[in-house]
Amino acid sequence: MARFEGTDSFVATEDLKVAVNAAVTLQRPLLIKGEPGTGKTVLAQEIATALGKPLISWHVKSTTKAQQGLYEYDAVSRLRDSQLGDARVHDIGNYIIRGKLWDAFDAAEAPVLLIDEIDKADIEFPNDLLLELDRMEFFVYETRQTIKAKQRPIIIITSNNEKELPDAFLRRCFFHYIKFPDRETMERIVEVHYPGIKSLLLREALTAFYELREVPGLKKRPSTSEFLDWLKLLLAEDIGPELLREKSAAKLIPPLHGALLKNEQDVHLFERLAFLSRRGT
Amino acid sequence: MFIGFFLALRAAGIKTSLREFLTLQEAIRSDLADYDIDTFYFLARTCLVKDERFLDRFDKVFGESFKGILQPAPAGKPGVEARELPAEWLEKLAEKHLTDEEKAQIEAMGGFEKLMETLRQRLEEQKGRHQGGNKWIGTAGTSPFGAHGFNPEGVRIGQQSGRNRFAVKVWDQRSFKNLAGDVALGTRNMKVALRRLRRFAREGAAEELDLAGTIGSTARNAGYLDIKMVPERHNAVKLLLLLDIGGSMDDHVTLCDQLFSAAKCEFKHFVHLYFHNCPYEQLWKDARFRTADAIATHDVLNTYDHTWKLIFVGDAAMSPYELIQPGGGISSWNTESGQAHLARLITHFPKAVWINPVAEQHWNYTQTTRVIREMMENRMYGLTLEGLDAAMHRLMH
Repeated sequence: MARFEGTDSFVATEDLKVAVNAAVTLQRPLLIKGEPGTGKTVLAQEIATALGKPLISWHVKSTTKAQQGLYEYDAVSRLRDSQLGDARVHDIGNYIIRGKLWDAFDAAEAPVLLIDEIDKADIEFPNDLLLELDRMEFFVYETRQTIKAKQRPIIIITSNNEKELPDAFLRRCFFHYIKFPDRETMERIVEVHYPGIKSLLLREALTAFYELREVPGLKKRPSTSEFLDWLKLLLAEDIGPELLREKSAAKLIPPLHGALLKNEQDVHLFERLAFLSRRGT
Repeated sequence: MFIGFFLALRAAGIKTSLREFLTLQEAIRSDLADYDIDTFYFLARTCLVKDERFLDRFDKVFGESFKGILQPAPAGKPGVEARELPAEWLEKLAEKHLTDEEKAQIEAMGGFEKLMETLRQRLEEQKGRHQGGNKWIGTAGTSPFGAHGFNPEGVRIGQQSGRNRFAVKVWDQRSFKNLAGDVALGTRNMKVALRRLRRFAREGAAEELDLAGTIGSTARNAGYLDIKMVPERHNAVKLLLLLDIGGSMDDHVTLCDQLFSAAKCEFKHFVHLYFHNCPYEQLWKDARFRTADAIATHDVLNTYDHTWKLIFVGDAAMSPYELIQPGGGISSWNTESGQAHLARLITHFPKAVWINPVAEQHWNYTQTTRVIREMMENRMYGLTLEGLDAAMHRLMH
């Protein structure tokens, strides 16, 4: 069995690798949680690339029902066809629309199935998928057929913690919490995304970034993806490391902060802090 | 194996089940643990902990349970749990970390088993001599074990640097501390906690198209359209929030504000009223306590029936007279004691909880808090994520 070791474009920490490999080997779903922007969704893509498997993504919304992942019976089309006298109407199978789970079960090669943001759906959603994920099979009532997974897909589930997931569901999963990367990991991540970035700039940017994250009272602390965006901007604007290092009060807010602070209250907070420190000097 | 560890986790309040424990065993049998304590730690974590709030607790228990592996246990109390690691693991570890030269040395001493045997004996001897010391086997290179960097309790082979140091640190850092559930958190998390209090129901006027029902009945109707309607689905839970405002509650304004805004957008049937220190004859619709906004407490009892759930938010800290003595209220003359009013509310609303923003360890120092807690039959919870969660759970059952 192939092992997941991270890819050229994704830095996987040791604990993440263990969790992914456990889920792949034992064929259980892997539940990923973590701060927004720490690469939960990207992970599934990277696993698929690393293991050379196709990726099937199922993005869950607040209106998504578990049944939609299995199949849907398009009764309205059938009704219309019956009134128009279409011959297709006699085969109910023509009106069964396959869901993502069906696609994943039916694939010739075991794919990676991403169930993205499972917490967005109704509170009962995970419970409705218990049996399907456990046995990897389901029954199509309309056609009386049982769909069984040819190969058990690798299932990656992400959650942003908006709703608590039921215990019974959790017991069937492996769990991994993507911790916010430490400085060392962050340097590796940046190296992967912007190879050969000026090391001085990177050092100053990282310092400014981690200082920013430590400011108490921030509504939304910037995360990895925001840091990467910010670096891109810094590079594009060709802002030198010395500008980042400037510690004068007026420069308390880092340049191009719009990429890091996504909440106007946070920007206000910073302006207030800048004002206070200017008064203090 | 690791049953002791499993039980320790459960004793620490981590809700890990037998099923998850068996998954861990299966994972170990599939060689996922790699004979490496770091990997084992990550593996156990991914198998047994399903909630980031418990990660910190897991780190603590892991650290305690496997202390013996990484550092010698205090004298006279050998690291018991270390023995849970099977002998093959040690062997594999040795193979992985020892150089050929060292392996040859081991062979010369009669193989690994012999070595372990000697090690055990040596350990016994050294226990006698080095009472209280924490390095039983010398580092000066006089004993083969020390030279190999053997840690007597068990398993750690190799130098005290690089990977090993990382291993010790990983759980000793306790990097998930901030995620522990007993920390007070912002609105979003409160909403999540309040969402426990949901019971969806369809009641009232039928005003939504019931698509599935329409299709079903149309089909039964031989293809002639037969439209069905259903009432809108909404949260049927009815919530009455009584907030203590002013005085000693000023310290907790931000927290209560967050709770209030979280509750407000979460419930359709939601009524909030204010009181000062203790509810008496009157409650207020507005925190400014104007007479025009006052509503008589008995009207509240008559308006909202027992299906409403009642949440008090307050520190329950006041002068004992305000609670026990008629006329003790600070804002107006009350003919009945606050306690009597409170008791009436509690009896009328069987589903009631008290949420107290003061940290739980201080409750016992305030007389009135103790009294109210008794009146509430212990249904007093802290205004933390954990407390809120427990309170909502209590309201639903």
